[in-house]
Amino acid sequence: MSTFYFIAFLSIFFSILVISAKNPVHSILYLILTFFTFTIHYILMNAQFLAIVNFIVYMGAILVLFLYTLMLINLNKESEPVKPFMVKLAAVFGAGILMVVLVASLKSLGTSQPVVLKNPDLGLVKNLGKVLFNEFLLPFEVSSVLLLSAMVGAVLLATKDTKATI
Amino acid sequence: MELADIAIKFGLIIVIFLISLVIAMYSTYAERKIAAFFQDRVGPNRAGPFGILQPMADGAKMFLKEEIIPANATGFLFIVGPSLAIMTACIGSAVIPWGQSVTIGDRVIPLQVTDINVGILYIFGVVSLGVYGVMIGGWASNNKYSLLGAIRAASQNISYEISMGLSIIALLMVTGTLSLGEIAQQQHGWHWNVLYQPLGFLLFIVCAFAETNRTPFDLPECETELVGGYHTEYSSMKLGFYLFAEYINMFISSAVMATLYWGGYNYPGMDFMGNLLGPVWGPLFGTFVLFMKIFAFIFFFMWVRWTIPRFRYDQLMDLGWKVLIPLAIANIVLTGIVITLLK
Repeated sequence: MSTFYFIAFLSIFFSILVISAKNPVHSILYLILTFFTFTIHYILMNAQFLAIVNFIVYMGAILVLFLYTLMLINLNKESEPVKPFMVKLAAVFGAGILMVVLVASLKSLGTSQPVVLKNPDLGLVKNLGKVLFNEFLLPFEVSSVLLLSAMVGAVLLATKDTKATI
Repeated sequence: MELADIAIKFGLIIVIFLISLVIAMYSTYAERKIAAFFQDRVGPNRAGPFGILQPMADGAKMFLKEEIIPANATGFLFIVGPSLAIMTACIGSAVIPWGQSVTIGDRVIPLQVTDINVGILYIFGVVSLGVYGVMIGGWASNNKYSLLGAIRAASQNISYEISMGLSIIALLMVTGTLSLGEIAQQQHGWHWNVLYQPLGFLLFIVCAFAETNRTPFDLPECETELVGGYHTEYSSMKLGFYLFAEYINMFISSAVMATLYWGGYNYPGMDFMGNLLGPVWGPLFGTFVLFMKIFAFIFFFMWVRWTIPRFRYDQLMDLGWKVLIPLAIANIVLTGIVITLLK
């Protein structure tokens, strides 16, 4: 349990650093650390497959792309848009009200009921695969179609419009 | 876990660590000698007999050179870059089965640090993490050439990771397990995966070349265009770490290829030799065979380096996206059809 609290503390600490870091590349690096602590959380919950997929997909692929894009953008202090004071004040006010609403709604919900898994080894690859391809086959396939459509859309956006150039 | 078990694991980790470092050291020597052989030269021959002490001399040189951190570099990240590169190179060896279990008395010692049941995915994760060392170092150098090298490394690694993953999926359909220990065991008695997955192996080795940034895929450090690529600004041991990480990566990827496709520690006549040599030396002979396979792969890496010129960048991307990925998907479909028909 103490491991959980330590890792949870690290997750929150790094995620605060993500939003408070001045340099966008630094904040991506903190985000990588945050995702790494999530991987440890999954391992603590005995969800090995989810842990390693989180590691490969989020830390290894998505954040590399984030970092890649940020390195190409030239983010200087001169090009940084300076917001007027009133806008900043309005933002703080709005965020404060949002926080009040969130805290109130969480409080009215009461403590959550922890779900006890019937099979504690559900997170292992074999069990997860059986559950995904039997009980949840339809949602699984539908989500793959969703990903495919996103991919086709991206390719469509990336290819040049030949008519426009002529 | 008993204290003795922990001590044995610890010892095993240290031994594997030392072996990978020594092999990486002598890979630099081997590379120069092989390059010399290919180009009809002598190669290093001054330090010790046949230049055998050359890696020591290089190491001493690297350590004693002046540390330079460029004034405009991001100081902390500039140091994190090479450290991350060498760390990700070293942790990959944790899941590789180096041999069958050794039995001393009534204690069984597995020659594998940990047999997690997502072993292949772990290797894959470590590989995908490896690019951060290059990217962070290249960006922190605050140099255009370094940045371009880092960006090339990132896009190259991401592109080739996809086809590597797809080629592994076809392999997993054959083996039915993600654990490297089990995969090595299954290949006992000539059931080597390369016989079932020849195309998959070809794809995997091409991707391994790309992931380790070796020629013909060494565009991140392409000296004709980018001075030195991502390590342009690095000097002394920080540069040494980058170069060292490349050789360790080469060693680990050779070990992974030998384990996944070429039977790991299995060899013909293994049962006979195992009975002959007993429960200690039998498995260790298997480890010796595995290392012979690894050395063959390392030699192949070097052979290719001194034979084939570098790709152009658009050719590299074309090969990755338009040739390797369709081939890998075709391989998966083919494997699926064959498995269904044979069932």
